[in-house]
Amino acid sequence: MTPAPANRIPSHPTYAPLQPRPGHAALMIADAGGAVALAQLLAQAPDLRATARILLVAADVPPDLPAVTPVPGTEALEAAIAGALQGARMGLQAYLAGSQGLIGQAQALLLAQGMAPGAIQMQQCGGPARRMQCVHCKTIAPDVVIDPYRCPGCGRWLYVRDHFSRRLGAFQGVCIDAETPGLVPEPTEIAP
Amino acid sequence: MMQPLKLVLKQPLSPRVTRFRLEHPEGAPLPVFSGGAHVMVQMQDGPVLRRNAYSLISDPQDRSGYEIAVQREDAGRGGSLWMHRQAQPGMILDVGAPVNLFALDRTARKHLMIAGGIGITPFLAHLHELVRGDAAWDLHLAWRSRADLPDMALPARAHLHLGDEGTRMDVPKVLSGQPLGTHLYVCGSARMIAAVLDTAQGLGWPPETLHAEEFLAPAPGAPFQVHCATSDRHVHVGAQESLLEALEREGIDAPWLCRGGACGQCETRVLACDGTVDHRDHFLAPDERADRIMPCVSRFRGTLLTLDR
Amino acid sequence: MTLSFSQSRFRDDYSFANSDAAIRRFPFPFDRDSYMYSVNMEPHRAAGPEDSVFQRRFDVDEHYLSEMADRAITLQRDPMRCQSLPHMRLAGWDLLELIMTAKAEDYPDLFALQRDGACWRWINRPMGIDDRFTFLDDATLPCGPMEYITRQTQGDFALLDQRQGNLWMDAGMITSQADWSLDFDIGMNFFEWHAPVPRAAQMGIFQRALKFLLNVQQGAPSRRLNWTMTVNPRLDTSPETYPEWGPEKRSLTPENVGQRQFLRVELQSFWRLPRSNGLAFPIRCYLCALEDLVTVPKWGRRLHRVLRDLPEDLATYKGFAVNRPLIVDYLSRFDDGAPTSPGIFPD
Ligand code: FES
Repeated sequence: MTPAPANRIPSHPTYAPLQPRPGHAALMIADAGGAVALAQLLAQAPDLRATARILLVAADVPPDLPAVTPVPGTEALEAAIAGALQGARMGLQAYLAGSQGLIGQAQALLLAQGMAPGAIQMQQCGGPARRMQCVHCKTIAPDVVIDPYRCPGCGRWLYVRDHFSRRLGAFQGVCIDAETPGLVPEPTEIAP
Repeated sequence: MMQPLKLVLKQPLSPRVTRFRLEHPEGAPLPVFSGGAHVMVQMQDGPVLRRNAYSLISDPQDRSGYEIAVQREDAGRGGSLWMHRQAQPGMILDVGAPVNLFALDRTARKHLMIAGGIGITPFLAHLHELVRGDAAWDLHLAWRSRADLPDMALPARAHLHLGDEGTRMDVPKVLSGQPLGTHLYVCGSARMIAAVLDTAQGLGWPPETLHAEEFLAPAPGAPFQVHCATSDRHVHVGAQESLLEALEREGIDAPWLCRGGACGQCETRVLACDGTVDHRDHFLAPDERADRIMPCVSRFRGTLLTLDR
Repeated sequence: MTLSFSQSRFRDDYSFANSDAAIRRFPFPFDRDSYMYSVNMEPHRAAGPEDSVFQRRFDVDEHYLSEMADRAITLQRDPMRCQSLPHMRLAGWDLLELIMTAKAEDYPDLFALQRDGACWRWINRPMGIDDRFTFLDDATLPCGPMEYITRQTQGDFALLDQRQGNLWMDAGMITSQADWSLDFDIGMNFFEWHAPVPRAAQMGIFQRALKFLLNVQQGAPSRRLNWTMTVNPRLDTSPETYPEWGPEKRSLTPENVGQRQFLRVELQSFWRLPRSNGLAFPIRCYLCALEDLVTVPKWGRRLHRVLRDLPEDLATYKGFAVNRPLIVDYLSRFDDGAPTSPGIFPD
């Protein structure tokens, strides 16, 4: 968990450590890096175990997590979330932990299913990788760790903006050499 | 922006609640509005100019007239008494443009409305739209007794909870089992609103799904003095008038919109204060209360209050 | 008023040009010789000379048909420039009603609206449109109500939903924007979509602006002017097409700067929508080449002083930092140091 720097722009998401909230049920979504955060949350609030349902994405199931549904990869996440929300009622709390890409995508899917942002908590775990949308061809690149990066869709070199869309669960990538074609700076690693 | 409208109907709906219908004096169509909107009605009550906010209860699409329902408050400052006693069909009243501080959240998948007593009024306008649309909704109305219940043609689907018939509202039961995407709207007394919202929070409803409207009438209080720095005037605020009304009486420029401590339009900077501001609004954040006041509802106790007006 | 419509292009050969009359009525945005980011809101009502752009609620000028043709091209290439989240349907009808009523009243020789209950007939003479439809019934229009009316109205349009004490950019027709993406920003609240503006957040400007906008009342619209700089008379300066127009930004020379550098002014207005309680936010773009602007001596002097003294981060945000030396150099030739009169209109 990295505290958000104070100079982040207002569209940049903030991730606080997961805190137990009142509610009759809990939906938890994590990747391998986020499973620890869920285990910590459940240790802090053992009551949650009884009502928690966990979607674990592309990870081995640790023995200490209850009610785990394994999800093979992020491409299967949409169907898994839709299934988990069948018949869901107000008071359901969502707890997301993992890479920015995973929690951003999971949040976008939950919002699209009618969940309110205030019922969704997120904790970023793992590296600084970002889920990026190319503003030109709209291709999503799930785990971008360098800036600029090459868009897997249109092949342009894009710089990594801090501007974030909750609806897309992604940051914005913009052509870096539009004004000076071919002049692409050496990529550097994205700072956490 | 007040416009003169003609009072064309005054019809008792119950011993304490009366319906009023206002139309354009020449029969011209009035602007449409949205469910939950209110208008300000101006009344010349002897020497006192009153402006009270009333929720519109008629069909928002119906431009032929505006309707309001007024409950007589015998202990109030007199606005409702004036409407019940002095207002008569044929009279011309100055009425403001509709303003909405209690709209439905259209991103909701279901609207759950809970009304206590006369708090039903904003929902009556919403219902006109909801019965036409395809959004899911539920309405629960609590009233003291069937004898007091106004005659207002609620849809048959509405749930009535009457104190004298032992069908009190079980709030936790109403709130549990609501589908994901439901928004809750509460209108009624401050106590009732607080109780319902507390229950909802305890059940894990997130804040953005909770909506409440409490009409704050400016409550009377001890008289006080203010100093208006910009206009360089000292103003006496009487026990029965609000600070905003006192400023208006003195012709000091003071903006307003809801006159009920909700919209933020009347926000005024406090330049100096020796005493205690009695903040009664729903608008200012705790840290803003240090140097601001909402003159439509808030009052003052102390020796000196200097305003940026 | 008689208007003759130009046939010019905002792309390819850039045949766009302002007539002398259009130059004189250009909404020059600076009322003094310096600029600070501010919200500078005023009531949107008639102001200025008889033919000023502030005289009518939705200004129609000589570029009407050319702008509508340019919008159609942009939409054909990228339909996502026009989007509306599902809950904004009613706000779209609100906007259609607002524009049709205003245009029919303000330009009776160009537009007509006949209403018989919910059966409406809309006539747009310049575009040769005569349509009948049922108000509030989407199925009776060839496309959604917001798209229908904004394909016939100059300027971009954002529809803002009001909830949780905030405004949400939940629908829009955005084809002539100063480098922001509706497809990315749709669904954001007031603070989120303004996030990239430097300085303003710290200045508390947005808090005050939001409070003002939340209380905009029915029948009492407000407006403000915003500005930026664009190389070539191009409406579609979106991030989506940045690779197309980006290289043009570097094509300025001392010889062509007066002709190819344009001051781009947005006349933004804010309207409470009565049925949806949303807010309509039209963003009307006016373009004027520097060489045309300096024909008004007051504007030449003032623009030189403003651009010369602008803080560097604002020049970067507005996207012309690289060209500023060239521009300031050119404009300095039209600034003799004489005092300028207050206000935005020519002397
Ligand atoms: S007038 Fe609305 S808060 Fe005072």
